[in-house]
Amino acid sequence: MIEGGTMVRGAANGDRAAAERVTLAVLAGLLLLVAVMAIGVGPSGLSPDRVVALLAAGPGTDRFPASESIIVWQIRLPRVLMGAIIGAALAVAGATLQGLFRNPLADPGLVGVSPGAALAAVAVIVLGNGVLAPLVQPLGIFALPIAAFVGALLSTFLLYTIATRGGRTSVATLLLAGIALGAFSGAITGFFLFLSDDNQLRDITFWTLGGLGGTTWLKLFACGPIMLAAVLASPVLARGLNALTLGESEAFHLGLEVQRMKTLAIVLVAGAVGASVAAAGIIGFIGIIVPHLLRLAVGADHRFLLPGSALLGAALLVLADALARTVAAPAELPIGIITAAIGAPFFLWLLLRRRGLLGV
Amino acid sequence: MRIHQIFGMIGLAFGLIAAFPSFADEGSDPQRIVSVGGAVTEIVYALGHGDAIVGVDSTSTYPPEARAKPDVGYMRQLSAEGVIALQPDLLLIEQGSGPAEALSLLKASGVPVITVPSGHEAGALRSKIATVAEALGEEEAGAELGQTVMEELESLKADLEAIEDRKRVLFILSLADGRPTAGGAGTGADAMIEMAGGLNVFADVEGYKRLSSESVATLRPEVIVMMDRGTAAEHGSTDPFAIPALAASPAGEAEALIRMDALFLLGFGPRTPAAARELAAKLYPERIEAGSSESASQ
Repeated sequence: MIEGGTMVRGAANGDRAAAERVTLAVLAGLLLLVAVMAIGVGPSGLSPDRVVALLAAGPGTDRFPASESIIVWQIRLPRVLMGAIIGAALAVAGATLQGLFRNPLADPGLVGVSPGAALAAVAVIVLGNGVLAPLVQPLGIFALPIAAFVGALLSTFLLYTIATRGGRTSVATLLLAGIALGAFSGAITGFFLFLSDDNQLRDITFWTLGGLGGTTWLKLFACGPIMLAAVLASPVLARGLNALTLGESEAFHLGLEVQRMKTLAIVLVAGAVGASVAAAGIIGFIGIIVPHLLRLAVGADHRFLLPGSALLGAALLVLADALARTVAAPAELPIGIITAAIGAPFFLWLLLRRRGLLGV
Repeated sequence: MRIHQIFGMIGLAFGLIAAFPSFADEGSDPQRIVSVGGAVTEIVYALGHGDAIVGVDSTSTYPPEARAKPDVGYMRQLSAEGVIALQPDLLLIEQGSGPAEALSLLKASGVPVITVPSGHEAGALRSKIATVAEALGEEEAGAELGQTVMEELESLKADLEAIEDRKRVLFILSLADGRPTAGGAGTGADAMIEMAGGLNVFADVEGYKRLSSESVATLRPEVIVMMDRGTAAEHGSTDPFAIPALAASPAGEAEALIRMDALFLLGFGPRTPAAARELAAKLYPERIEAGSSESASQ
């Protein structure tokens, strides 16, 4: 009897592990396919073999017209890479936060990342020619991304300090203080909005919509490594996040260093989201939808969920950006519209089919 | 197999686009112009080069032919590849267009980029026209157009000189949610009211700001000026006198409301003297004649 029971459980685990491996392989293939397609398409009429030839020729070649080389090397390639890295970083950050807070609605706003970044960015847009000029002018066009990143990290650090007493971080305090700090940042941001003139207001609007239109190699080299490091480091958290689903004290009794894990998770999320906001503004939706899609489809084991989220998030954002560039060509659509338009119906369909599986 | 079909279709699209003529030689007579900014596009048309325009931004709504051109999006949110795809041999952008990254990519790809200064004064209008004219190799026609515009503004100014009792004007940008947003100092609306001989009652405030009901009582506007968007696109009422504070103002009692087309009124292009005269004629119907400056609006 007992032996039989163990065998059944073992077989079920084996099935699940196999399904997870297959899913990861499929997602990796999907990402590769989407990335190749995204480099191949755009509003300018470059044939696919021309794109391959341009890629093979290397950047700055004089065998092709400068405009074609620039389209492939300076516009499409950095955008596709940036899209993949940001998509992966946002999805992993979302999965991590949802695990940490044991709350399916957790998003970077809760740990102060987005409100802090938004406040700093709006301050730079509105006061950049006034009070903040000595700080902003020398940084040139990098003032905005740098400010967003610093704002995200500072407000996360502040929140973490508030929620930590005697070496223990209270997740509940973090959640509530996050809401209070978010409201306060929102108030100051609103005041800056009031001060802003017509042009500044439009800059702010487009910045908050987010998008990959301003991607350059320089931004990729500046922000990419931080996000990449966070994505690659995230599997370290998998076992801890799995244990945390049982509850915090239970995780502690399982021999887990809960406090160290929380610190690592928050640093990782702040870095990943801060860098993504700095590079492309606020891109919503990916962080919430991607981890849930995978939970519904395959399961909630973080050892699978974290790398799976990275792959699916990357593929979804690259696909969304490719559509954003081409659908309304020669203009560009805001990317948030497309991520939501692709992801939301699919998510609802999964939710209806597998009602109740989220356990919420 | 579905993938094959998709790639096949993409390949076909590529083939069609590749059939377009290649980059034209750089010269003083551009053949493929992308024009960004409502006023810039109007000037290009006024100088007779409208046919060479291959793309405009979403703020270029006049003349009506401009709307039929491919739209490269909002002037502050241009797509570098989208513009390059139109193979322009001249890119005219109004100051303030962006983003900066897209503009630097466009310059690097060899598209000649000319930035047209923006501004709300008569002098800025003239340098706008001069900049566009030079880029088109139409210096003479440009100088003539600039001269006409200045003369028309001067003649309006002269006509207005005799008027002692200036009308108190309030420009309302929007009435969204029943809360009016008014034009203060430094806005295009402020400059237009000034040109038309009115007195902007909201000039103590910088930029476009929400107007509190209480302050309307102290501003005592005699005339309300609004943009005519053709349809009731805004949610809520577009009738300013539905707001009690505005209904109780001198403008409300006299039902003095002037509506004008947005780009005509605030575009600051070649039609600006005509717009200023039209506004002045509506403000002072007995004193100013409308329609004597139609020439610049062609």
